[in-house]
Amino acid sequence: MTLDELLEIRTHEQEELKKFDHKVNVSVAAGCLSLHSDQVLKVLQDEVKKQGKEGRCKVTGVGCMGLCAMGPLVRCEPQHTYYRSVPHDKPEILEAIIANLDGNPVPEFAVSPDIPFFAEQQKIVLEHCGEIDPERIEDSIAVGGYEALLTCVSQRTRDDVVQEMIKSGLRGRGGGGYPTGLKWSMVAKASGEQKYVICNADEGDPGAFMDRSVLESDPHRVLEGMAIAGYAVGASKGYIYCRAEYPLAVKRLKIAIRQAEKMGLLGKNIGESAFGFEIEVRLGAGAFVCGEETALIASVEGKRGVPRPRPPFPAYSGLNKCPTLLNNVETFANVAPILRKGAAWFAAIGTEKSKGTKVFALVGDVNNTGLLEVPMGITLRDLVYKLGGGIPGGKQFKAVQTGGPSGGCIPEQFLDMQVDYESLARAGSIMGSGGMIVMDETACMVDVAKFFMDFTRDESCGKCIPCRVGTTQLYGLLNRISEGEGRMEDLDTLERLGGMVNRTALCGLGQTAPNPVRSTLRYFREEYETHIREKRCPQGKCPVSNPAAAKQGK
Amino acid sequence: MKAYPEQVPLPSADKRWKLVEATMRRHGHNAAALIEVLHTVQESFGYLDSESLRFVASSLRLPLSEVYGVATYYHFFNLKPAGEHTCVVCMGTGCYVKGAGNLMKAIEEIAHVTAGETTPDGKVSVVAARCIGSCSLAPAAVFDGEVVPKADSEMVKAQMRRWMEL
Repeated sequence: MTLDELLEIRTHEQEELKKFDHKVNVSVAAGCLSLHSDQVLKVLQDEVKKQGKEGRCKVTGVGCMGLCAMGPLVRCEPQHTYYRSVPHDKPEILEAIIANLDGNPVPEFAVSPDIPFFAEQQKIVLEHCGEIDPERIEDSIAVGGYEALLTCVSQRTRDDVVQEMIKSGLRGRGGGGYPTGLKWSMVAKASGEQKYVICNADEGDPGAFMDRSVLESDPHRVLEGMAIAGYAVGASKGYIYCRAEYPLAVKRLKIAIRQAEKMGLLGKNIGESAFGFEIEVRLGAGAFVCGEETALIASVEGKRGVPRPRPPFPAYSGLNKCPTLLNNVETFANVAPILRKGAAWFAAIGTEKSKGTKVFALVGDVNNTGLLEVPMGITLRDLVYKLGGGIPGGKQFKAVQTGGPSGGCIPEQFLDMQVDYESLARAGSIMGSGGMIVMDETACMVDVAKFFMDFTRDESCGKCIPCRVGTTQLYGLLNRISEGEGRMEDLDTLERLGGMVNRTALCGLGQTAPNPVRSTLRYFREEYETHIREKRCPQGKCPVSNPAAAKQGK
Repeated sequence: MKAYPEQVPLPSADKRWKLVEATMRRHGHNAAALIEVLHTVQESFGYLDSESLRFVASSLRLPLSEVYGVATYYHFFNLKPAGEHTCVVCMGTGCYVKGAGNLMKAIEEIAHVTAGETTPDGKVSVVAARCIGSCSLAPAAVFDGEVVPKADSEMVKAQMRRWMEL
């Protein structure tokens, strides 16, 4: 397919859509699906027929709209009215939604699109999530999908594409924050007949589901980003390494790949150029360390996902010892818009060193749990209180945990801090992939630190001693403190040992594993001291507050 | 030169082996497909037993030790048969903060098994998941593949009772 043919399909699709006065979108992403939104979709479609509005109203199953706390979500166009918590088992409500398309929305369930959660977002990655049918490539094309890819292969040189990415200032969204354009230029310059592009969709951080939502809601955007990357670095083969725990994402990816191949947007001679690129999905099998690039590559090769020392970096020697470009889902999802609208447009968003937007999964003790995309540089206070709607039950904010098991807990005094890579690092945490877990006053920081150490201890691959033994020892110390058996000198040991693991572990998992302990020690030391000195847990979460349970042993 | 490696005979007439063989063929019996093949075995048989590991090892021309190493390295693969039903409790951070620990306690109370175990009658396997990505509906459980948002101890107990016919 050529660019002209693509644009023809787009125009045709847009014309088709214009024939409808109303568009009703029902979220069928995993969150809303678990609240039976598939039945809501079906009943609404039947209702349109019953009321004889088939020619005027189109009901579509779409991806994630973000406000998961209020699922299942329905959105009516052109008014942009949202309906929250739409009950699948109350036909009279569903009937009223369709009946009132022209009039006033059904009051009990309507949510204004002007609430801060929706109005304060700036969407690049998620721009079409919740608006298009993820299982229909024409929907994606209608909103500009694959235009950037075909423009690149027909009108731009490879170096030109790499330069555009460098100028955009985009940094890796998987957590590290390495400049994406620089990575691309390294792989582009590396010598080798065969090169690979890999998309890291092994979203292992507990409490994070950004990549899952993108893959479930707009898979074509990720495929397009990967194909553009393939063109820019000279690769002909791509892999998406996706968690097996995300069956819906895997299914939709496979459908998307088949559709793109059929239309000649993947495969040989893309856009009737000499460039060919194919993509395969590889399933992960539940190992957190496979989010680390060298471990991920080993896993794609069918081996145990164990990291190896770098250099050589994957850019020079990665999959099958060939130059390999590895980026995260969200990074690839940023590529097409950057090339469509230009690097300058992208670089104008965000802060000086962190450009663009970031998708966060806001969860825990916060009212509006869900997925949102905001410009870099927004304050934590805005995220938690304005968009997040504050803490439920009138409780006090205590901390927000970012970066998963590699990150830290940020206390109240940093609420006015701007969120970008550097400030989060200064506060003792990391940007990570975008999980943001809000904790209220009832959370015990010793318990939280213990939770994460239990996680990394279990997920340590065992290759290097600092991580294998260090995480176990750190966990043992925390466990002792939580049981009321701790000693004051344990706190120094935690700090020293944590520092040692940080400096000497082989890979990112080990190096960052002590972060949750170190950050909680830094900001909540008095809580540790209470556990040790007074042998009690102020929040009543640890076994020391419940001696009977402690004795039973867990 | 042999274009295709000799085919290893299927362990039995069980049709499910053909699915496994098909996955291997699709990847040209390449050793890099090991994890994909193990996924197919587990999907077809529910778990990986020594017979299937041996079959996969000889078909992909890999040492059995390496296949065993991969099978035991990843959490997703089970080497023991699962119960008739599966009860997954998500223990991701979002769910943990919202009290997933209490769900697990409720299960332990009623069934006397803990995460990673199956009830003695073979009815229910209890699994602790790392994170199923339903964080905004925490705490989440999965009953036989169906996600249960905002689960509480009573719901989990009731489901366990139904499964165990208590």
